[in-house]
Amino acid sequence: MPVEPAPGDAPTVPPPLTKKERMGIDRVAMPEQDAGERATNFREVNLGLTEQLAILEAQRCLECPKPYCIDGCPVAVNIPRFIRLLRDGDLHAAAESLLDDNALPCVTGRVCPQENQCEGVCLRAKTGKSVAIGSLERYVADWAQAHLDELPVAHPTPNGKRVAIIGSGPAGLTAAGELVKKGYDVTIFEAFHAPGGVLIYGIPEFRLPKDIVGAEVDRLVEQGVKIEANAIIGKTYTLPELRERFDAMFIAVGAGLPVFMNVPGENYKGVYSANEYLTRVNLMGAWNADSDTPVLHGQRVVVVGGGNVAMDAVRTSKRLGASEATIVYRRSHDELPARAEEVHHAEQEGIRFEFLAAPLEVLGDDERWVTGIRVQRMELGEPDASGRRKPVPIEGSEFEIDADMVVVAIGTRSNPLLTATAPELEINPWGYIVTDEHGMTSMPGVFAGGDIVRGAATVILAMGDGKRSAASIDAWLRGDWPPAPAEPVATVAGRAAARATAAAGSAAG
Amino acid sequence: MHPILRNERLSPNVTRLVLEAPRIAEIRQPGQFVIVHLGRGAERIPLTIADGDAGAGTISLVIQSVGKSTADLVELQPGDAIADVAGPLGRPTELPDHGHAVCVGGGVGTAVILPIAQELHRRGVEVTSIIGGRSREWVILEEELAACGTVIACTDDGSYGRPGFVTEALADVIAAGGIDEVFAVGPVPMMRAVAEMTRPAGLKTTVSLNPVMVDGTGMCGGCRVTVHGETRYACVDGPEFDGHDVDFRELSDRLSTYRPFEQAAMERRACEIGLRTKPKAGATEEAAEPAQGVPA
Repeated sequence: MPVEPAPGDAPTVPPPLTKKERMGIDRVAMPEQDAGERATNFREVNLGLTEQLAILEAQRCLECPKPYCIDGCPVAVNIPRFIRLLRDGDLHAAAESLLDDNALPCVTGRVCPQENQCEGVCLRAKTGKSVAIGSLERYVADWAQAHLDELPVAHPTPNGKRVAIIGSGPAGLTAAGELVKKGYDVTIFEAFHAPGGVLIYGIPEFRLPKDIVGAEVDRLVEQGVKIEANAIIGKTYTLPELRERFDAMFIAVGAGLPVFMNVPGENYKGVYSANEYLTRVNLMGAWNADSDTPVLHGQRVVVVGGGNVAMDAVRTSKRLGASEATIVYRRSHDELPARAEEVHHAEQEGIRFEFLAAPLEVLGDDERWVTGIRVQRMELGEPDASGRRKPVPIEGSEFEIDADMVVVAIGTRSNPLLTATAPELEINPWGYIVTDEHGMTSMPGVFAGGDIVRGAATVILAMGDGKRSAASIDAWLRGDWPPAPAEPVATVAGRAAARATAAAGSAAG
Repeated sequence: MHPILRNERLSPNVTRLVLEAPRIAEIRQPGQFVIVHLGRGAERIPLTIADGDAGAGTISLVIQSVGKSTADLVELQPGDAIADVAGPLGRPTELPDHGHAVCVGGGVGTAVILPIAQELHRRGVEVTSIIGGRSREWVILEEELAACGTVIACTDDGSYGRPGFVTEALADVIAAGGIDEVFAVGPVPMMRAVAEMTRPAGLKTTVSLNPVMVDGTGMCGGCRVTVHGETRYACVDGPEFDGHDVDFRELSDRLSTYRPFEQAAMERRACEIGLRTKPKAGATEEAAEPAQGVPA
């Protein structure tokens, strides 16, 4: 949470600087919990900037006339504007500006891979270090959260049209935020008892505190978004049934079905999918001893995979008391799909990495409890379809790693529960929903976005789909169709790449 | 919120709760279940929909008190409510339209058999229900099943009905001939025993599996079972499968995963109750799993 200035303190607004002076400021570092200490608790690792650090960092922005950073942001936040307002000490205006562009800024400031988005194209990255846009976004968003009662809540005139959103993950919440601003009557249907999708069941407390997700959702509810929990579309209601009740729909159910390794011993006790492990710990609160939901506390834990989900699972196991927590990944360090920051944090926390190793079998005892995992050494061959070098097994290189718990984090795929009840909804051979360039499915007025269209990707890409689809839904319902040519929601090539990434073990964050 | 309308003790540790759940009552089919969650800090647990009244907007859940969460549930009284009831989940039972079906229910499994027997009866299928318990007071839902056809009640100690296990009664019914299909629900050893009994004759046998579940929608794989050599998710592919194809040994093993946690949770609960009130007589005794009318 942000460091609050003492009451009565005037904001420390610095005098305007020259470009040369701005260039002379070094990028601030995000303060974080000590690695040794944090590996034993579930408190947030990154502590956030102080007001002083935030204003100092804000001065590093050169206010480019053609800001690439906005193009690099999947939800097109007007980055130079909120940074300028922050620099000028007008946090009210900075917060309003940010919230206007982004429905979940507390989330994106924490989990976006900024190095590949806004910060990756920041002009200052060409000659040094980019502006710490993510840290600044987080600072302003946390300030907004702490001062919500001072910020106006817009209540637009209802336009009488009803939109259903299926799934309350990042794509669904973003679309809801956009549509409610335009006066639509928005209802989100969520299968779980709590909204947030991967933000609530997947990404751990130490990266994204659940109170923060809850507060962002509450802000949307305050604006008029309705949420119906425990509603499983495909079971509680069918898609065609809902289509009758609403003027338009947005499907954002994600790709939540776990992929297993398909090796012998995978059903031994002590083998979890990352989804199950993280859901028990995060959504059900099993990290807290008072929770009724149990979770195994492995002493020697092996997590298979190299994406953000794998990093989340292995760091969680360390916090639950594992003395040895190991990532087993079939490629090398350079190919890890996880964010560099997460890998770095895992290394600092004492996570072991076994690179170029692929599981052959899970080993167990007479009572079928896991005792280890047999793996095969790999070497890297030619690049595959995803552009990464393909792992090739080395004959006779098998070896065993002792473990009392194994977590499988090699990706997820689409859940057929919803699509099974809507035969008219076109899906591709992998079960993902097919959309046109405006995000519309084969059912008129039914739009889709996020992982159920792309395959497992990132929170911010899902949010970008949510924002674009909301614009399309608005155009459709106003009769302004087809809208002006838009960026394709996801190209076929993009989906193939996303699938390849998913197979390598990436998803949340 | 789902208000509780009725709480009725069926046997020493089995309780029927009738609660408001209009949407689920409207569309539920035999074989389906719900996930219930009592609120913050509580577990999500799967429970079969034992009965329902679409007109009244109610469903009934028959709950065996075996651990902390079920103990919390069976204490709910009219005026209380369940925070979250999600469903109906799982695939509906595939039911025949004619012939003679035998429904075998062991202990609380009898409640899973009830909606199947009701629907079979409605379709004009001849139904014989074989239900069992350790002694007279453990036999449940006999009256409801009698409305669907013949009932053979069995008790381990012979205090009521036919003495012995449900499997022994089933052997006699099969020997008498004319059976087309068997539905068996109860503890894993009972379902396994039934499947072994019907296998030689190739008599179609459907069992309803009860693995550990979290979400109930296919997103975690915690409920995975091996059926015909393949991994299936009981929550979306089941919970009913062909009993001749199920790896019961694996199911039994996986069901024991959280046993130490369950005991610890019960002890914690007993302490909490001890702080509030005097412990109820026999509270710990009731937590022990009763015999289910089957050979171990």
